[in-house]
Amino acid sequence: MQNTGTLIVKTSVILIFALLLFAPFLFQDVRSLEVAARICIFIVLVASFDLLIGYTGIVSFAHTMFFGFGAYGAAILLKTMGPGWTPVILGALAGVGVSLVFAIAIGLLSLRVKAIFFAMITLAAASVVLVLASQLSQITGGEDGIIYKAPDLFKPATKLLTDADGKVVRLWGVRLNGKLAAYYFVFFCALALFLVMLRFVGSPFGTVLKAIRENEARAEAIGYRVVAYRTAVFCLSATIASLAGTVYAVWLKYTGPDTALSFAIMIDILLMVVIGGMGTMWGAVIGAVLMILAQYYLRDLMGAASEAMTGIPLLPELLAPDRWLFWLGIIFILLVYFFPKGIAGTAMAWGEKA
Amino acid sequence: MSLLSVRNMKTDIGQYAVLHDVSFEVPEGGVFVLLGRNGAGKTTTLRSIIGLWKPSPGSVTFRGEDITALHTADIARKGIAYVPENMGIFGTLTVDENLILATRNGRFDAARLARIHDLFPALAQFRDKQAWSLSGGQKQMLSIARAMIEPRELILIDEPTKGLAPSIVDAMADAFREIAQTTTILLVEQNFAFARALGRDMAVIDDGRVAHAGSMDDFAADTALQDRLLSLSV
Repeated sequence: MQNTGTLIVKTSVILIFALLLFAPFLFQDVRSLEVAARICIFIVLVASFDLLIGYTGIVSFAHTMFFGFGAYGAAILLKTMGPGWTPVILGALAGVGVSLVFAIAIGLLSLRVKAIFFAMITLAAASVVLVLASQLSQITGGEDGIIYKAPDLFKPATKLLTDADGKVVRLWGVRLNGKLAAYYFVFFCALALFLVMLRFVGSPFGTVLKAIRENEARAEAIGYRVVAYRTAVFCLSATIASLAGTVYAVWLKYTGPDTALSFAIMIDILLMVVIGGMGTMWGAVIGAVLMILAQYYLRDLMGAASEAMTGIPLLPELLAPDRWLFWLGIIFILLVYFFPKGIAGTAMAWGEKA
Repeated sequence: MSLLSVRNMKTDIGQYAVLHDVSFEVPEGGVFVLLGRNGAGKTTTLRSIIGLWKPSPGSVTFRGEDITALHTADIARKGIAYVPENMGIFGTLTVDENLILATRNGRFDAARLARIHDLFPALAQFRDKQAWSLSGGQKQMLSIARAMIEPRELILIDEPTKGLAPSIVDAMADAFREIAQTTTILLVEQNFAFARALGRDMAVIDDGRVAHAGSMDDFAADTALQDRLLSLSV
C-alpha cells in the first residue's frame, strides 16, 4: 500500500498533467501556452536527466548537448528540406544517432573513472559542441541560430475543423487551429516519453540502476556489469533528451545556442531536479513546473507586490521586479533547507516515516 | 576434485600487501570455515575470490576453471554468491526488490521464495518495506536470502553473526545447516562456537598466510593450536 506522502505527490502530478492537457482551454493567452509547452518539454528533459543523476548516481553536464543534437537535427533539415514531416522524422533520427554515438563513446571511455572525472569530461564535450554550434554558422546559423517553418499542420492559419461558412471552429472559445495542434503534439510527445521513462524505472532495469547508485561493488557481486548498465542508461537518457530537443525545435520554429545548448539550460535542469527531488520521476514534474512558473511569473508577481506596497519604506524596492533572480535564489535556498530530498522526495520519505 | 581451489594468492590493496601466500581447497558440500584474528586477511581472501580485488600472482579455480582474471559479475554468474560483512543489502530498495535483483530473469521461483520465507519469516512479513528500515538481524537474513534466491554452487559469507543477538545467531545456524545440504558455504567467522557448530573443514589465516588447514573436529580438539593461532581458548 502506498503511503500518504507518495499518494499526495502522485495525485499532484496527475493534476499537473490534467492541467497541461486542458491548458489551451484554461489559460487562453499566447504566453500561457508558451509556458505550458515549455513545462512539457522540461518535464521530459529533467526526468531524463534524473535517470542519470537520481537513479544511477551519474553526474553529467552534457544533457543539453543531447537536447541540442535533437533540436539542431530537426532545425537543419526543416531549413534545408522545407516544412514537412520527413525532415522532422529524419532530424529526430539524426539527432538520436549522433547522441548515441557521443553517449556510447563518452560512456565506454569514461564511465569507469571516478564521478568527478566523468563530470569534467561531459562538461568539456558540451563546451566543445556549444562552441562548434556557434562557429559553424554555415550549418547551424551560428549565434543567430536557425529560423524555419514547422509542418503545415502546425501553422496558426491551419484550420483543424471548419464550420459551414468555412471558418475555423471554436471550442470553449478556443480556435481549433494549427497552434492548438502544435501544442498537443508537444503535450502528447512529452507524455509518451515520460511514460516510457516511468516504465523503465519501474522495471527490473530500474531496480538495477538504483542498486548501482547505492553500491557499485555489491551490484557487481550479484552479477551486474556496472559499466554496461551505466552506458545503457546514459544512452537511454541521451536518446530521450534528443527527442525532447526535436519536439521543442518543432514548437519554437527557431533553434539557436541559447534555446538548445546553453549552460543556463543545464543549470535550470539541475535546479529543477534538486527542487523536485532526485531519484523520483514525479519529482521531475514538480521541479519543472515550479521552476518554470517562477521564471515566467515571479517577476510579474513581484511587480504587483511592489506596487501594492507603495508608501511603505524599503519593501517596494526590495520587491522590485528586477530583483526577481535574487528572490528566486532565496526561494531555492529555503526549498533546499526545508526539503533536503526535494519536494517529492521529502514528501514521500515523510509519508514512509508517518 | 575440490569445488574451489585457491593457490598461492597474493593480494595488494594500494601499497599494502594484505595476502602474502594463501592456498586452500574447498571440497564440495558442507561448510568450510576460514578463521583468523582481526586483520589477518579473511575478508580480503573472500573479496579476491569474487574478483573485487585482483590477486597477483596466484590463482582461483572454480570447478576446474581458472576464474582469477574474470570480471566480478561474470564470477557471480558462474554460481558464486557473496554475502559481505556489512550486510550487503540495498537500503533504498524493498525486501522483494533486493531479492529480485539476484534472480537471473527478474522473476521469483515460487518454491525457492517459499523456502526463504520458511527460513526467514520476517522477510515474508516485510516484503514491501524498504530494507534500511529492517533490524540488523533481518538485514543479515535478507543478505543471505539474496544468495539463496537462485541456485548457487558456492556462497561466500563474511562474518554473518557480527553484532547479532544470540537468538538470531541460533536461527542463522539452523538456516546455514539447511542451505549446506544443497550448496557449499565458505564461511568467514570470528565466533568460534558458531564456526565449530557448522564447519566440517577449516583453515586459519594469519598475517596473510594460511597457518593451518584441516578438519574442524581436529582443530576444535587442539586447544594449544587454537591459542597459538586465534589467541583464544574454548
